[in-house]
Amino acid sequence: MLELLIYGIVLGSIIGLGSVGLTLIWGITDLFNCAHGDQITAGAYSALLFVTLFNKMGILKGIVGPFSFSWGVLVAFIPAILISVILAILIDRWVYKPLRKAGATSITGFIASIGVAWALRGTIYIIWGADFHFYNTGLRPTIILHNIGIKFRVDEIFIVIISWLSVAVVYLFLSKTKMGKALRALADNPTLAQVSGINTERMLIWAWGIAGLLIAISGVLYGIETQLRPEMGWIFLMPLFAAVILGGQGSITGALIGGLVLGIAQQMSTAFMAPSYKPAVAFIIMILVLIVRPRGILGRRYS
Amino acid sequence: MSILQLENIVSGYGSMEVLHGVSLNIEDGKIIALLGPNGAGKTTLLRTIFGVVKPTQGQVLFKGSDISGTPPEKMTKKGICYVPQEGNIFPTLTVQENLEMGAFTREDDWRLRMEEIFEFFPSLTDRRKSSAGELSGGMRQMLAIGRALMVNPEVLLLDEPSTGLAPVLVDHIFERIAALNKQGVTVLLVEQNAQALSAADKAYIIEGGENKAEGSAEELRNNEEIGRLYLGR
Repeated sequence: MLELLIYGIVLGSIIGLGSVGLTLIWGITDLFNCAHGDQITAGAYSALLFVTLFNKMGILKGIVGPFSFSWGVLVAFIPAILISVILAILIDRWVYKPLRKAGATSITGFIASIGVAWALRGTIYIIWGADFHFYNTGLRPTIILHNIGIKFRVDEIFIVIISWLSVAVVYLFLSKTKMGKALRALADNPTLAQVSGINTERMLIWAWGIAGLLIAISGVLYGIETQLRPEMGWIFLMPLFAAVILGGQGSITGALIGGLVLGIAQQMSTAFMAPSYKPAVAFIIMILVLIVRPRGILGRRYS
Repeated sequence: MSILQLENIVSGYGSMEVLHGVSLNIEDGKIIALLGPNGAGKTTLLRTIFGVVKPTQGQVLFKGSDISGTPPEKMTKKGICYVPQEGNIFPTLTVQENLEMGAFTREDDWRLRMEEIFEFFPSLTDRRKSSAGELSGGMRQMLAIGRALMVNPEVLLLDEPSTGLAPVLVDHIFERIAALNKQGVTVLLVEQNAQALSAADKAYIIEGGENKAEGSAEELRNNEEIGRLYLGR
């Protein structure tokens, strides 16, 4: 059981990291971004592009310490983040901004984001094909703690630390900086934010930029944890969706708790039933939450 | 001298015209009340002054220059601030963060100003770190006004600050508005509450998007017809 708990925390951290960007955009723009998952895929593949490039150039091929990935993967985080941030901002400028100007509802935005998701995935299929890809094909070292009977991969320590570190940085940004507070103000009360002189369109660039950053990091981490395939993000969107609903619209802490609850519940359930029922567990929890507490664990209390 | 002048403002939302030519003259350093029944266009007028809604005709003159259609973020820099009637706080932000957002367009140090506002509304001081959404109605109103004061405005536009408050709190809010005015802030006070008349130097009454009457509080109160129709007597 302890082992399942640890797997649950690893899975929960990845879900949590992925869902923070989603809930941020949902809270600030009222858009439930269905392309979030495929943006994660794009982030993972952007890193792959650079890892492949580094390999061709014959640089950064060495494996990092006890992990399974090369220095190339670590360095590729940077261009992957840049690409993801620019992509997120461009999608907003080209797709959602015209919709906002036209006074479209959040449902219209939701449907448009499904279109964006398919376009992104199609592009990835065209460039990389439907095959699986790995950043590094070598062994994936594991740690076995014999006295308590736990086995996990060394990479997972890295994944958990980077996930929580990224979330902590974003959390500090939102609670301590002027821009961060203005973003929360915008999510709270867009009209008053405008009246206070907060320029909405400029703030949205920040919001999408931060979402893009988190998206790239979760994409690469997810790629390290499993493997890269064009459907990875789309399938990953489902537990993210559940975690965000669980946490409540726009609540970062809620999304993190939601992610952990889902990750742990999914892994624990494998002790009692077949692992293929894991996604069902996530959705049963989500449905129960929606029935009992429709605004989520930490959803907004005030209207 | 008038600090804010509205000349024949025609304004509304899309094809729905709400104001059909309203003129106001707001003198520097005065409290001007704007009264009128529900749906008279009072809120639309404030939103038009503040640039949230653009007038289709007419001019808004601030110190003699046309500012109609200037976006809100530039208004706060010019020294005009607006406190909407509803949704005038950021509920999940703390009291202090709410005030900080009021200073968003300020590039200089605003911390001293924040302390002044806490002195002006002492009951907010103990609640600095509370979420604004947890405050009572009266405190919310004080916070909303405090947020607008963060930029040291010359003109304050207040939309029905007495709404939903107990009479004792209404008195307190009006007393604070008078105190602000003594500090030199010009106030345009939109109200349905006729009590606003006592606080004001001059009042305008609008109805159906048009000017109905104007005059000193005294004059309006002594006018039989106006008293009966608009001041609830």
